[in-house]
Amino acid sequence: MSIYLPIAEISVNAFIILGMGAAVGFLSGMFGVGGGFLITPLLIFYNIPPAVAVATGANQVVASSFSGAMSHFRRGTLDIKLGLTLLAGGLVGASVGIYLFTLLRRLGQLDLIISLFYVTFLSIIGALMLVESVNSIRRAAANRPVTLRKPGQHNWVHRLPFKMRFKRSKLYLSAIPVVVLGFGIGVLTSIMGVGGGFIMVPAMIYLLRIPTNVVIGTSLFQIIFVTAFTTVIQATANQSVDIFLAGMLMIAGVIGAQYGVRVGQKLRGEQLRALLALLVLAVGVRLALDLVLTPDEFYSVVTTKEGF
Amino acid sequence: MKLSRAFLIAFMSTCLMMIMAQQGRAQEEQLDIGISTNEIAITSDFAGADLTVFGALDNADRFLLQIGQYDIIVALEGPAKRTVVRRKERFFGIWINRHSMTFEPAPASYSISSTIPIDRIAKQIDLSGRTIGIEHIHLTPSGRVGDGTLVPEFKEALLRLRVDDGLYQSEPVGVEFVSSSLFRATLRLPASIPVGRHKLRAFLFKNNEFVMERELPLRVVKTGIEQFIFELAHQHAFLYGVLAVVLAMLTGWTASVMFRRD
Repeated sequence: MSIYLPIAEISVNAFIILGMGAAVGFLSGMFGVGGGFLITPLLIFYNIPPAVAVATGANQVVASSFSGAMSHFRRGTLDIKLGLTLLAGGLVGASVGIYLFTLLRRLGQLDLIISLFYVTFLSIIGALMLVESVNSIRRAAANRPVTLRKPGQHNWVHRLPFKMRFKRSKLYLSAIPVVVLGFGIGVLTSIMGVGGGFIMVPAMIYLLRIPTNVVIGTSLFQIIFVTAFTTVIQATANQSVDIFLAGMLMIAGVIGAQYGVRVGQKLRGEQLRALLALLVLAVGVRLALDLVLTPDEFYSVVTTKEGF
Repeated sequence: MKLSRAFLIAFMSTCLMMIMAQQGRAQEEQLDIGISTNEIAITSDFAGADLTVFGALDNADRFLLQIGQYDIIVALEGPAKRTVVRRKERFFGIWINRHSMTFEPAPASYSISSTIPIDRIAKQIDLSGRTIGIEHIHLTPSGRVGDGTLVPEFKEALLRLRVDDGLYQSEPVGVEFVSSSLFRATLRLPASIPVGRHKLRAFLFKNNEFVMERELPLRVVKTGIEQFIFELAHQHAFLYGVLAVVLAMLTGWTASVMFRRD
């Protein structure tokens, strides 16, 4: 069944889009990630214009992070003050990102930068996750306890000024690294169309030493607002949010996620992380190949504005 | 007296009719075209369409018509749009867009159909002067083009990509006579046809010489929900963005309520 996307201005097969949404939803439920970093490249592979894929990806993440954050909110595993501090940086970062996005689109380098960002982040995060999970699997096999957070151990981050007290997280931490992290994720949200959870969660755990139980809820909390903000600004500045496409992805995504969660509960954490790492690396490699291999077509055409 | 007057009137009217008939014979061939609609609607399942154009050729010389000396070309020109063509080059191992060229507004789509291949209908110079045919679409680079050596390459690439996408297409034997004076032309409209004001142009050639041209407007519009969304996204962009977010939150909230586990 082919369906015409009013903003992307192409006809697509609705079942492929729904399938994509369901598959990514399944994976995001299984691994507890937003799925933006999978949706956007998949849409680009399916010939959706990258600008539309990124903006629509951000919109789709609003839905998946919202349903996730709701349950964390009910359970109270969410640090609002920490979330708002992250958000302050995130909104500024998203604004800067949109400005860059519009500029790059005009220069014709947007697709390249999107690909480069994806290749860079997916390879780094994928490799780090793979190493970490393989180590955990080894440790588990040797029957040694698995610890993520070593209490009492401080790093340079904890010597920075402007300290704030985050009661829910039981932390006394400088606002600088929190705002900077939020800012960085905000830039990534607007350029890559991701929520940024796959970067924010490890950064919060390993760098800021935030207790694991509030990390997911808090990151989801700030992701909702940054992606919502990005969606509105992308729609206003670039008219690149396709509500049809986003709607199909969301509905299929939230349903797929429910089944993913069930499967995810049966698998062990470190095995799950190793699988996710391999998936992340595979997407990164695929995008890298597109950049490196000699393309079939050297030319591309963009129709800009109405002449007369 | 009465009889002579009646005779005179009859004589005069006969003369008048003869003069009119004489003028009619000297009158040039007339071309007319018609389409069943002046608006084509793109619906959600639009996968391209065929546009049938009917036309009449009046006052044609029967003999010339029989030996096929009349040729008709029908073309649908899309809205003129500014176009940027970019070329990838290898740079530190990766392929990036390095050269680009902007072309002045030119039809974003073009579909042509004719009785016989157009290069057998008229001379290149005539076709070019009247912008008939894909290779005669006026593509003029704007801004800095350096020494201009890249222009033919970029122009050729633009035409090739548009032909590959089906945006530019030609049907060399798509016009046929259904009777001595009626003809039918079929134009293929691609799925990705740009919305906006299109121009349907028809040309009549006799003995490889241009006789006349007709033009009709044709609007291609999105309909229903597609049009509503497109207009909302472009004219009330902020509201549209907010709507997209609300929709997402609603979907997320519904899901969290429906599949509540705690």
